Amino acid sequence: MMPLLTTKGLSRNFGGLRAVDGVDFALMPGEIRAIIGPNGAGKTTFVSLLSGRIRPSSGMVVFDGADITTMPAYKRVRLGVAYTFQITSVFANLTAFDNVALPVQRTLTDGRSKGQVRTGVMAALERTGLADRAGTPAGQLSYGHQRLLEVAMGLALKPRLLILDEPTQGLADSEIDNFITLVREIAKDATVLLIEHNMPVVMQLADRITVFNFGKILAEGTPEQIRANAEVQDAYLGATHD
Amino acid sequence: MRDASPAKTYALHIGVIALLFVLNFVLPDYHQGLFARIMALAVFAMGYNLLFGYVGLLSLGHAMFFSAGLYGAGLTVYHLGWGVPEAFLAGVACGALLALAVGLLALRTSGVAFMIVTMMFAQVFYLLILYFAAWTGGDQGLVIQQAARVVSIGGASLDLTNPTVRYMSALALFSVVLLITLAIVRSRFGRVLVAIRENEERTKMLGYDTVANKLAAVVASGAICAASGAAYALLFGYVGSSFAGVQYSILPLLWVLLGGAATTLGPLVGTLFMYYVTDITSGFTSAYLLIVGVALILLVLFFPKGILGSIRERWLRWLP
Repeated sequence: MMPLLTTKGLSRNFGGLRAVDGVDFALMPGEIRAIIGPNGAGKTTFVSLLSGRIRPSSGMVVFDGADITTMPAYKRVRLGVAYTFQITSVFANLTAFDNVALPVQRTLTDGRSKGQVRTGVMAALERTGLADRAGTPAGQLSYGHQRLLEVAMGLALKPRLLILDEPTQGLADSEIDNFITLVREIAKDATVLLIEHNMPVVMQLADRITVFNFGKILAEGTPEQIRANAEVQDAYLGATHD
Repeated sequence: MRDASPAKTYALHIGVIALLFVLNFVLPDYHQGLFARIMALAVFAMGYNLLFGYVGLLSLGHAMFFSAGLYGAGLTVYHLGWGVPEAFLAGVACGALLALAVGLLALRTSGVAFMIVTMMFAQVFYLLILYFAAWTGGDQGLVIQQAARVVSIGGASLDLTNPTVRYMSALALFSVVLLITLAIVRSRFGRVLVAIRENEERTKMLGYDTVANKLAAVVASGAICAASGAAYALLFGYVGSSFAGVQYSILPLLWVLLGGAATTLGPLVGTLFMYYVTDITSGFTSAYLLIVGVALILLVLFFPKGILGSIRERWLRWLP
């Protein structure tokens, strides 16, 4: 099977700092992949390179067989690469309905979906349990609901690859359970790449895990393999082995 | 919010147009003339509001779009002897083309730089008008004779210098632009414009080419402002360089802020308010600008979102 997304020698420098350093990465269609790693390991920079929010210093990104390295972010979105922000970034002054209407009308314009804006919006809001809050300005929703709205916007883009940057940050435990169910559901029609710090969530959700450290891939494998990996334990716990 | 009450929204807008129609027969001569002028200039404010209120782009150069319409219509009538409808369309086309050119360059900037760049372009336009005084009449301007301001439709002829014809023409333009604005604001395009105002980076990540959308808004705004300028030249018969000055870039901003940015009817309310405060106070004292200034300060203090903006915030959430 051909990977949905690959990177070759992907790098990004910020001044003298190599935030992402020669990363070769492949993502298979339909999988749920988690990216973990200590703070400052380059995880967010790496997914920003995938979504096109920032340009690489060198290397290439291939999505579904096409080189998208220099493609602007908005065109990648139209190809099906959706990104949800680490810091909640909904349109606070617009209603939940209008927030989701924006991605829905985008897919209608692109011909990637059919029907009415209203139908698409309500479907995405119902999937995330926000349907009864359609008329509420997003800024007045609780934090957990804003995170869900963010996911609803990502979903409404009909992504083939959905990149979630720390989606459970700030969620209550009860909300996290619903969230796990939701991601499993999304993964039925899309590939999911998530950056996550909450280890129980990662272990429950991910098919495979990629561990970043100092801008490079430190390890990659199934949750069991990563759990047993000594290098990963070092990176996280600072333990030394002799 | 947007889809909550379309019937109420349309009823309100049609009601305002109907009220203005009736006023033609009720108002004394002096106020009838003033209202015609206010409606023509409210179109200018609506064009400005589309860009400033909905997209959040603050331009300090919109006098150039107004005067592109003014001169586009005025010069074709004066030098080429064009009829009124052709001249009007020429004015609108001049404004749209100028907006396209200025937009392509100015949209490379944002924020304060955008304000300065648009202001500079407007100054260049103003100086060009003075430079080509042989055609434009320089700072004297040009007067368009009554004979050139008659529209003949079939056998009938409409004289734009007749107060009622003038009032109805201004109302027709105002109504069309008001309904166009309302349609834009309620459309998918309008939703994207507001999203750009709220968070441009996020809008890009939803798959929108924000630069192309902003350019479309600049062109639409420029064309509407030019329509106002063209109508002004044809209805009031004077084309002058003072309309291209900095003052006429600031005025629409003021009208929109007063009436309420990002409200469809705010531009009319703001223009009306400003004109009448000036008109009434100048009847009492020669220091009327002082009173206008105080009125503005009070308004900003108590209605920071403009008259209609504050009304929407406090009482009528459904107002578009």
